[in-house]
Amino acid sequence: MTNMAEWLDNFLFTYETLIHALGVNGLLALSIYCVMALGQLSLGQAAFQGIGAYTGALLTLKLGVPFWLVLPLSALVPALVALIIGGPTLRLSGVYLAIATIALGEVLRILYVNAESITGGALGLSGIPRKADLFLVYGLLVVCVVGFWTIGRSKIGRAMEAMREDEVAAGVMGVNLPLYKLGALVASAMLAGLAGSLAAHSNNFIGPNEYGFEHAVTILSFALLGGIGTPLAPVIGAMVLTALPEVLRPLQDFRLVINGLIIVVAVLFLPRGIIPFRLRRTS
Amino acid sequence: MSALLSARGLTMQFLGLVAVKDVDVDVTAGSVHGIIGPNGAGKTTLFNLVSGLMRPTSGTLTLEGRDITALPPYSRTRLGLARTFQNIRMFTDMTVLENVMTGMHTRLTTPGWMALLRLPGFRAEERAGKAYADELLELVGLADKADVRSGSLAYGEQRRLEIARALAARPRLLLLDEPAAGMNPAETRDLAALLRKLGHRDVTLLLVEHDMGFVMDLCDRITVLNFGSKIAEGDPREIRNDPAVIEAYLGSKIAERLARTLA
Repeated sequence: MTNMAEWLDNFLFTYETLIHALGVNGLLALSIYCVMALGQLSLGQAAFQGIGAYTGALLTLKLGVPFWLVLPLSALVPALVALIIGGPTLRLSGVYLAIATIALGEVLRILYVNAESITGGALGLSGIPRKADLFLVYGLLVVCVVGFWTIGRSKIGRAMEAMREDEVAAGVMGVNLPLYKLGALVASAMLAGLAGSLAAHSNNFIGPNEYGFEHAVTILSFALLGGIGTPLAPVIGAMVLTALPEVLRPLQDFRLVINGLIIVVAVLFLPRGIIPFRLRRTS
Repeated sequence: MSALLSARGLTMQFLGLVAVKDVDVDVTAGSVHGIIGPNGAGKTTLFNLVSGLMRPTSGTLTLEGRDITALPPYSRTRLGLARTFQNIRMFTDMTVLENVMTGMHTRLTTPGWMALLRLPGFRAEERAGKAYADELLELVGLADKADVRSGSLAYGEQRRLEIARALAARPRLLLLDEPAAGMNPAETRDLAALLRKLGHRDVTLLLVEHDMGFVMDLCDRITVLNFGSKIAEGDPREIRNDPAVIEAYLGSKIAERLARTLA
């Protein structure tokens, strides 16, 4: 028994960062799922994550706000930003929305770099206390998956899938398209912000270049690999893609090749992702 | 009888082309109203204007006395308008039952947080919704296919499913865009029988159709469009004998010759 505990201790000591990242990326996968589930394509999730991370870190470091309050606020601020940019971008769909959301990420990166007195500029913010433990991360992840699952099996889930399949027909069914799009964007921003804040309060450091285009594509690939048939699928996609570099460590420099290869193969041969099952929409 | 739907001076212009020109139509509650016309007459554009997929260049639309000209499609559904599409628009990945329940969207009113917590109120509403969906599937003859993926249905079945899905919104006015298109004579007969049954459900039908036998047989009143303008309106008998209609369909030469032989 003591052996077991010792082993677990060692295991956690070695891999805690990775396990934490798995959970955080699971939340990010849910955030992109929330948008893609109704057929939208966003590359702004990384930007929302950044807003959450900076909000959380600044509240903790500069204002000493207690963590239980920091967390909801790091979801609220990106939600407000999503609400503001949601209005004009709602008219866009598909690749155009993606482009508009890329721009958001770039604007914010430049803002973080230049608002040096607040954001620490290019050096970022460091010395963020560790407050987000594994229980919190995985607790939130489970709650969110279950939440999406139950909502998915109601008229909201049906409306979302209907929009993904045929937006015009969904509108004719009486689905309030602008409201659903805005709601999804706001909810996804909240999740991304939450993930950003959780990561910031575990990694000790955040920087302006962590939330750019590259990271946005990584988040997108979680849903591409996992699929969006159920809320669990993108989460599993995220975990596979996060764990892969570690598992492939012996391959050294070929890691990224294999990593890329797996994504390409999955997209080509598993267009519905590695978890292709679809959530039933009736109880 | 009062007009359920009224169009006044409805006009839709696409750059140089006037697809619908100054059309006045009144659809009487409880009737089956047909819109016919040669290809390109503006029938589908008129339908898109009524269902809200397009905003007219000018003119007004009222549903039960309420101005709906500027409302988006989803608000019109709430007010009692539903439609089917000429080229079927099914949610193909969803099951037949899920399609019908999606059509019910505006009639299920429990808020999202109740669904999230799976409260009894939400469960009861879903159960009632499913029961109604089953009833509609029974009506259109798809009861045994409720759990089948809708994309795998046969063509005629998809057409009937689309009608069930539209009915799920409990519409006052149902727009059918070429419901008999691509159907064989037996399927067309079944469809006519099904649509007649809808009269008992207090649904008014407005349909666009090319199958003349079907239209003449089913409709109480027919509006004829040609090049975007209304050229005739009346009951099937009047329409059949209207010289302007015959000319629109057959061309002026044949129409003249036909008039001579009949005289």
